Parts: sequence; C-alpha cells; structure tokens
Amino acid sequence: MPKSISGPEIERLIQLLAKVPGLGPRSARRAALHLIKKKEQLLGPLASAMAEAVDKVRVCSVCGNVDTADPCSVCTDPRRDGTTLIVVEDVADLWALERAGAMNARFHVLGGTLSPLDGVGPDDINLKSLVSRVAAGGVNEVILAVNATVEGQTTAHYITDQLSGLGVKVTRLAHGVPVGGELDYLDEGTLSAALKSRTAF
Amino acid sequence: MEWRDEGIIIGARRHGETSLILEAMTAAHGRHLGLVRGGRGRRMQPLLQPGNRVELLWRARLDEHLGIFQVEPLELNAARLFDSAVAVFGLQTLAAHLRLLPERDPHQTLYDTLELIIGHLDDPVSAAELLIRFELLVLDELGFGLDLSQCAATGVRDDLAYVSPKTGRAVSRQAGSQWQDRLLALPAFLGKGAGRRGSPAEIDQAFRLTGYFFGRHVYEARGIEPPEARAAFLSALGRQFATKGESAA
Repeated sequence: MPKSISGPEIERLIQLLAKVPGLGPRSARRAALHLIKKKEQLLGPLASAMAEAVDKVRVCSVCGNVDTADPCSVCTDPRRDGTTLIVVEDVADLWALERAGAMNARFHVLGGTLSPLDGVGPDDINLKSLVSRVAAGGVNEVILAVNATVEGQTTAHYITDQLSGLGVKVTRLAHGVPVGGELDYLDEGTLSAALKSRTAF
Repeated sequence: MEWRDEGIIIGARRHGETSLILEAMTAAHGRHLGLVRGGRGRRMQPLLQPGNRVELLWRARLDEHLGIFQVEPLELNAARLFDSAVAVFGLQTLAAHLRLLPERDPHQTLYDTLELIIGHLDDPVSAAELLIRFELLVLDELGFGLDLSQCAATGVRDDLAYVSPKTGRAVSRQAGSQWQDRLLALPAFLGKGAGRRGSPAEIDQAFRLTGYFFGRHVYEARGIEPPEARAAFLSALGRQFATKGESAA
C-alpha cells in the first residue's frame, strides 16, 4: 500500500481537481500544490468564489443559460433583438457566439442533442420550452446554430419539424471552409458542403 | 489480436476528454465497437461521423477486450446527408436496426445493402425502397424472415397481394380475398422481379408490413420501444412526397 504523503483534506482537494476537464491526477496534484502555496492570494479567494457560485448560479428558466439571475442577463437585456432566436446545443456554444459578437440576438440552450446511442430523446433536451417560446409570438427567425455532426443535424431537422406551422423563418449556420483553412487539408465532406453553399463574389 | 476490415460508422460515444468509443458495421466482423484515441480532436471529428465508410484496424490483447481502432477514411458521406431530413433520420434508423443484431456477428449481405443505401440516402424514393428491403433483411437475419416468394395457401407465385400476420408468408389475391381485412397488404413492388418503383402509398404499406413484424417479433418480445428515428424518417418522407405533389403515404 502506498504511503500517504499528505492529509485527507489535501488528498480530497487533489481528487476533486482531477475531475475538472483538462486535469488528470498528476496535473491536479500540481494545481493543488500551487493553490496551497498561494493560499492567501489564490486558494482563499477561489474557495469563496466557488462557494458564492454554488449559492447563486442557476439555470435560466427562459433560455437554459447559466447565470446568477433568473431570467438571465441575456434574456433581460433590452438592447437585444428579441425577434431572432439562436438555438445552441450547450452554454459553451452560447459563450462562443457571444465572443464572436456577430449577432445581437437572444438565445435558447438545448442542453444536448438527440442521441439514440446515449438514449437522449426529445424529452431529455430543452425542446418543449423552445416550441412554446416561439409559439408565444414575437420571434421572426430561429437560427439553428447546432454542431455540424450527424446528431446535431438530426436535432436541427427535428426542431424544424416541430416549428413548422408556427410562421417563423428557420435558418441554419453555413457549413464550409474555416478561416485559415487550406483546401488541401480539408475532408471531402466539408469541401462538397462548401461548394454546395457557395455565394456570389 | 488484430484485424483489418472496412466498415461504415453507425455511432460514436464520448469516452473521457479526448477519446471516443466508435460503433461500426464492418464487412467481415459484424457490428463492432472499439476505442479511438484522440477521436474527439478537431482532425478526427469529421472522419468519425455516422455514414462514413472507413478502413479499420482493430487491435486488442484479448479477443473479448473492447480494443482500439485505427481509422482511415475511404468515403466521407456524412456531410452530403446533412441537408436532407430523410437522409439523417434514415441513417439513425439504419443504426437502430443494426443495434438489434448481436455484436461481432458477421452479416455480409446487410453490410453490402447498408453501403448501397448510404449511397442513395439523399434520394428519398430510393432511400425508402432500399430501407424497406434492409428491414426485411434484418428480420431475416434475426430469424423472423418473411416468405414473399409464393402463396402459403395455393403455392402460386403470381399476383401475391397479402401477407399473413401470423406466419409472415405471402398470400395470393385470389386465396386471400375472403380474409383481406385480417391480412397485411403486400405492395407489388416487393414481389420478385417486379422491376418497378413503389408509389408513396405502396411504400407506406411496405413500412406498415415490416413495422408490424418488427413490433411483434422484436420490440414487444424484447420489451423495447420502436426507434423514434423510424417515425421521424416516415414523417420526413411523407413531407417530401407531399412537397413533390404526390399523395403522401
């Protein structure tokens, strides 16, 4: 049996840090040691920030985003265009689109995609609230910003079907060549999708 | 243990932060799973989409281990199918049917048919007809094949119009006329050497036929629900027929 080199509190801290994405047992040990060394500047403020987050963070009942207020700051922002709704799979996708700053619209977070392999059906994602949100009126366009994967596109087609008859324009993101992408290195699927959705120059 | 084979990807599940467990229908090794290290990376993601035909190298220390896949692209079909609801729901339906089969059990005919269907999934009528034939093949491989070659009552091979829901055998129009309300309709395009395409109504009849036997012998017997993808496929197909101005099935 390996000898214990630190107390149970430190071991627990390492075990919990190892569960964070991007950290394994070794890097968790390094992170824990760094936090302990910077106890006053880092560990204390981090612990209190985490405690505050646990206490205040909630899921927005309107769009499924995470924030400290419900409805979230995106839903309550009066400067946003309420007639356009961008549907994303995950909060990380919402943050990515917000970083891009390309549209000043409102969002709807599905919280996943339809995945028969993982047993995720329409009732397991935030779909009913999307349909009722659109049915309530005021939305002219729904942009399906789901991933360009088979599961993402299956979900997009399912949503399109659910929204048909509600009188909204349903659009999706373009598929094609990324900025900085060299054609020689792209897979043929992406290339044919890019050619299909070419635009006038 | 090691083998090399070609396969069609039917699903992938996340494993840890960087890897995937890939599910593929292979030509000689049946439905097979394996770990793909780094499968969630930016370079690998487009390759590991359902519908893509790939070359697989499987390695494991023991035969019963999950093993590790090395994947090389052969034909990347997924992106071609994205725009069509019939194609994406068709793909999910095919995967759901293949999951009814035991793992690592070779089904060469099913693999060949799967390859053919994926090539035609973006053409709704061909996709529908091929999917019906695929469903008949799956039923056959599961031991519940229908006998549509001759009439169960008279032995004639022509004018077969019904299928007995009890035996799964064809019945001729003449022999079945008295019990037609108790028999399932057999669309003419499914007959041997019919040599013509099915109408939307006939395609609907054919899906009812296969759906009945899937329900009776597979879903009810195993206590599972029919795949939602199949219902979505039929609904998308109906919309497609309606837009083309044909009477929806």
